Amino acid sequence: MKADTGLETSRKVQIDYWQSVSGFLTNNMVTIMFVALSMAGLYISGMNSTLYINDIISRVSRNSFLVLSLIIPVIAGMGLNFSIVLGAMAAQAAVIFVTHWGVAGFPGILLCVALATPMAMALGYLTGKLFNKTKGQEMISGLIMGFFFAGIYWFIFLQLVGGIIPMDNEVLVLSSGVGIRTTVDLTGGLKYGLDHLYRLPLTTVMIIAGCLGIAYQVYRFVKAAGDSFRNIRFIFGFACMVAVIVWALMIRASGSMVSNIRVPVATWLAIAGLCLFITFFLKTKLGHDMRTVGQDRHVAAVAGIPVDRIRIIAIMMSMVLASWGHIIFLQNMGAFSTYGSHESIGIYAVAAILIGGASVTRATIGQALLGVFLFHTLFIVAPSAGRQLFGDAQVGEYFRVFVAFGVIGVTLAMHAWKRRLQSKLPAVAKAEKE
Amino acid sequence: MSEHYLLQMKNVTKSYYGTTVLKDINLDLKAGEIHAIVGENGAGKSTLMNILFGMPVIHSTGGYQGEILIEGQPAQITSPQQAMSSGIGMVHQEFMLIPNYSITENIKLNRETLKHSFLSRFFGRNLKTLDFKSMHADARKALDTLDIGIEEYTRVAGLPVGYMQFTEIAREIDKTNIKVLVFDEPTAVLAESEAANLLAAMKKLAARGIAILFITHRLDEVMEIADNITVLRDGRLVATRPKEATSVYELAELMVGRKVEKMTRRTDQVSSGNIVLSIKDLSVRMPGEVVSGLNLEVRRGEILGIGGLAGQGKVGVANGIMGLYPSSGTVLVNGEKLPLNNPRESIKRGLAFLSEDRRGVGLLLDSSIEMNIVISSLQNQGRFIRRFGPFSQLNSKEIRGYALKMIKELDIRCTGPTQIVRRLSGGNQQKVCIARALTLNPDILFVSEPTRGIDVGAKRLVLETLVRLNEQGMTIIMTSSELAELRSVCDRIAIVTGGTVAGILSPDDSDVNFGLLMAGQKAGKELSA
Repeated sequence: MKADTGLETSRKVQIDYWQSVSGFLTNNMVTIMFVALSMAGLYISGMNSTLYINDIISRVSRNSFLVLSLIIPVIAGMGLNFSIVLGAMAAQAAVIFVTHWGVAGFPGILLCVALATPMAMALGYLTGKLFNKTKGQEMISGLIMGFFFAGIYWFIFLQLVGGIIPMDNEVLVLSSGVGIRTTVDLTGGLKYGLDHLYRLPLTTVMIIAGCLGIAYQVYRFVKAAGDSFRNIRFIFGFACMVAVIVWALMIRASGSMVSNIRVPVATWLAIAGLCLFITFFLKTKLGHDMRTVGQDRHVAAVAGIPVDRIRIIAIMMSMVLASWGHIIFLQNMGAFSTYGSHESIGIYAVAAILIGGASVTRATIGQALLGVFLFHTLFIVAPSAGRQLFGDAQVGEYFRVFVAFGVIGVTLAMHAWKRRLQSKLPAVAKAEKE
Repeated sequence: MSEHYLLQMKNVTKSYYGTTVLKDINLDLKAGEIHAIVGENGAGKSTLMNILFGMPVIHSTGGYQGEILIEGQPAQITSPQQAMSSGIGMVHQEFMLIPNYSITENIKLNRETLKHSFLSRFFGRNLKTLDFKSMHADARKALDTLDIGIEEYTRVAGLPVGYMQFTEIAREIDKTNIKVLVFDEPTAVLAESEAANLLAAMKKLAARGIAILFITHRLDEVMEIADNITVLRDGRLVATRPKEATSVYELAELMVGRKVEKMTRRTDQVSSGNIVLSIKDLSVRMPGEVVSGLNLEVRRGEILGIGGLAGQGKVGVANGIMGLYPSSGTVLVNGEKLPLNNPRESIKRGLAFLSEDRRGVGLLLDSSIEMNIVISSLQNQGRFIRRFGPFSQLNSKEIRGYALKMIKELDIRCTGPTQIVRRLSGGNQQKVCIARALTLNPDILFVSEPTRGIDVGAKRLVLETLVRLNEQGMTIIMTSSELAELRSVCDRIAIVTGGTVAGILSPDDSDVNFGLLMAGQKAGKELSA
């Protein structure tokens, strides 16, 4: 934790600034706007809370892993990794074959992971190589890589499967005997392979989380002896956790429909595991090297860090995680469009993490999760809000598409703008110090 | 014989694309020796150090010829890692620091102390976690060696340059095998007191048996600490002398290769000229160089110097008038009021500015020399443009011709007008800046720190250029931290202290008066009055 002390001091400097409030607003403009939009949407749509909660749990557990896979390349200074689309295609390929072999449920999921991982690693390696040739243009290269590789993917599954790659399966293969059908149905196979492995009612999960939270607060309280803020922090944290437990008990007692909502615990554990892994990873030598490379490639190279290799590893990790994330996504959806399902993955994941407040150069786990939550809230409420306001659900649909792409554009523009401002910053920082 | 030398370079030669930039350089370095390498910009000092440090730029352009011996053993250094493992450390001219990291993290960059974690047992060294406790301890030790009191967990961003420099040095001495330490113009960015600290630290390191290669422009520093001095000129080794056998004058002569004399100031006084620029109650909010309520009058045809200590506001004056930092007050140009905070207006009124921040504000580093020369004029005066009704096009022929003329006039050393400015040395970059300012045909030229970070020869050329322009009728307001330089060219020198003019002196005034004014002493004012 000592590593953060430097950040602490810089924060203190900022607090002295009368601009700290307005600074906070401008820095988190996108997120704040989306919180407001989501709340307004929720209010206007007049949506049933049970429906909403059920839907949001399903969507957040479906999408979080994928969005979290974007963090590592951002830290390595490679921007938002649009090339996770390739990882998604690896996942789809794995899912198609596993479905063909008829391996169902959790074993099927594990087999998918085992199949997708080497493919994703190979694709990640190649993408990393390309990114090293196009330093500074990783995002556009990644985007184009997605389109380019889609062509190969289509060729394999439209032409080669049933031809060179034998596949005798009436359900999957087109009636001509060559090519996979446009939709692959996972019902009875991989569908809910992970989600339904172990489920608990939402209220139970809330109580367990509350208890764990209290235990953590006590641990921190004991550990932080001597910190002048520890009492206030402890009381606040403790109260929050107790509130969660009490809330859960109240839901149970009220007999509302919410108490029937169940949570895919296995999926959540996978997401939590990834969060822990990323946190841990950043403290390792490799993770630290990635941060260094992300901060300044030149300095890293002079310090003897193999910059290109580190960048390739970052992309490979991201790609593998994205392929796992897409497997989680597909098993929850239960069916996917063979030739199109991967397409929007990159854009939507990027939009989600940006909405959470991340930028091209900075992304945290919290931002990823918050982003997923806000993005999907908007997705859920937009159609009914559209219907309420304009009498047409389509308007809401248009709006959310507009929002997804708009937010990417705005964030990239803001990033460029900030970078221009930053050229003047060192002088300011220096003056503050004196 | 050779065993006594820690490092030897024999007949090192390097050429870029057919141009030889270094030829037959021989260098011997003993343990504990401070060896200075001096030379003009473009003399090949940096190239030589890049070779020694195995920088990729050398090897991506075909490597070098010749031999490098480390402790008598031939060594082929092909990467910085290899240089480091051979015991060669480098304190770079441009700091190799990560601003968002703490001092400790920067000192231990890529040499972090690691400890086992639950995953590293399976996946190897790369997943070991950083051991911050021992890293902080190591950093502390290195900083203590240098007598630096700063906390090791402070973030580097926002530190004064001096501390950044010491962080870099601490990094090098923290390396256990360090034998040779290269300082690439370490004092160029430092204030005088900081530079003194640095020199003391270098002596201390040498006393510990580390050989030091010291690249610099400042000859007085060389005379102060170096044991031996090697002079490079135009890629050749001109001479290697022990300190005792040489003098500043001889070194300067060897470096420049022509007879050096003190700059002669013009004798024709222009004190009678009318007021061309009148500054009343000017305040500029430039961070670190705040100007508050400054009054100053500039006469036509003079060179007015603005001096003073760093942080007292002298740099803020020109930046404020040119509209680069928020300012308030009244500025009259030829009796007309100048709208403040509007760079375009300032340029329109015939003002031009040579920024002290050459690489940041002054130049488009990745554009060609010719584009850098004409860009201000192109944008603000519409010159070098051909018009076709609503369309306009660059007049590349005119630009090329003009750029070639300027390159010749100012002696900009380059491969041609299309070379990008980043590749030029500091002095030549400054000349490009001057060319740009001249292209605006200004009445009044503001010059900030025109000779910062450039060598003696180029310095002289820059100053001569300014004097020549002045003789052609241009009014010049020159801000500089180097008093000697102001005194050599200026007609009057205003000393700025605490954001206002403490007093105006003639260049022939005594050192005492200048010193007192700079220190903000009342006595100084009385003396000058």
